[in-house]
Amino acid sequence: MLKNRIIPCLDVKNGRVVKGINFVDLVDAGDPVEQAKIYDEQGADELCFLDITASNENRNIILDTVKKTAEKCFMPLTVGGGVRTLEDIRNLLLAGADKVSINTAAVNSKNLVKESAEKFGSQCIVVAVDAKKVKENKWEIFTHGGRKSTGIDALKFVEKMETMGAGEILLTSMDRDGTKKGYDLDLTKKVSNLVNIPVIASGGVGSLEHLLQGIKIGKANAVLAASIFHFGEFSIQDAKKYLDLKGIPVRI
Amino acid sequence: MSITVIDYGSGNLKSAAKALEAAANNINLSSKIVVTADPKIIKQSDRIVLPGQGSFRDCYMGIKKIPGLSETLNEFVLVEKKPIFGICVGMQLFAKTGFESQETKGFGWIDAEVRKINNMNKKLKLPHMGWNEIELKKDNFLFSNIKNKSHMYFIHSYEFMTRQKDYVAATTNYGNSIIASVFKENIVGTQFHPEKSQKNGLLILENFLKWKL
Repeated sequence: MLKNRIIPCLDVKNGRVVKGINFVDLVDAGDPVEQAKIYDEQGADELCFLDITASNENRNIILDTVKKTAEKCFMPLTVGGGVRTLEDIRNLLLAGADKVSINTAAVNSKNLVKESAEKFGSQCIVVAVDAKKVKENKWEIFTHGGRKSTGIDALKFVEKMETMGAGEILLTSMDRDGTKKGYDLDLTKKVSNLVNIPVIASGGVGSLEHLLQGIKIGKANAVLAASIFHFGEFSIQDAKKYLDLKGIPVRI
Repeated sequence: MSITVIDYGSGNLKSAAKALEAAANNINLSSKIVVTADPKIIKQSDRIVLPGQGSFRDCYMGIKKIPGLSETLNEFVLVEKKPIFGICVGMQLFAKTGFESQETKGFGWIDAEVRKINNMNKKLKLPHMGWNEIELKKDNFLFSNIKNKSHMYFIHSYEFMTRQKDYVAATTNYGNSIIASVFKENIVGTQFHPEKSQKNGLLILENFLKWKL
């Protein structure tokens, strides 16, 4: 049976982890490779790097980070943040990423998702959707890390992305991101039911119960979280044991 | 031992090469791992790994585009009968025909076809993506030290189908039973990614390197 995936996400800026695990025995807590190794040992199902480097001249640092991680961690790795062109995607894949997530450019560059899915295969193209609730049962797409409104309906957008060849949707609720109040379950469920590609729930996890809700109520295929794992509150094993106990299929 | 990862412009070759390197280290095997499409180097290799990402058609066309590559691979596999390991679409290319985007010929080393996974009237999401258990079909060196029902990382929308059940080394379940690994003489392949399947995946690569034909 296919298992639900638990995906820890690391925010990386100029090659350094911004929000990371606070382990005292870590030689270099800011080194994304060191952090990735811990998640690998804990049995994470995938890893996600979000590159939040602001300046263009430092953008290539992420390639080096991906390269070093892929040499040490033999597990699936998704990398996103600032992906704008086919060349960006190619470089990340060549560095060792298995999947590349496209956010702002999926909205702004009309054919990027289609062209990249054709070129590299749908299996490695993730569309990262940042959605904000605007009224009951209506969500809108935001870009630029959630700062810019687009007026685009989120549900219509994910359907379109699937048609264009996206292999997966990474769905983040901007209302919940950073709140620790749990996923936007209405949104997650609507998107999961709408598309026939896997959906990763993201944004708002503050407890293990939230992961359970994302899968059970939100019908997500995978759940992503950052801070609950980073600050050593819970390990990946804790999350998996909890989900297993609640009857959710996970890889233990 | 010299091992060549065939480079025909398909996706993530680095991971496969690095995982082979780690596997060789784990078993104290002195190895030289090269990523190339150069027929001369391939001919001199002891074993080869054929990775594959993207569509069956693109991968096969990618191989065909490189002068002498498909001939060299045929000779390596069918005449020299040296060990080859196909990963994901690399394994699918062993089949006679693929039906992704349009009908495309494969190497035909195994009498098989590659067709889209049945999504059971949209009940199943595609790609089949993530960790799934494999069911070992028979005692096979490739899976020695691997427990039945071990989890492996899959990511594919098309499946390898053959009536020659003798060649099926492992299956997995996604709606229906899906072939997870094939095995025929000097030819082995996995639909899942051993280079992404953590410790179990490395064990499989170690077994491939230890294989004595």
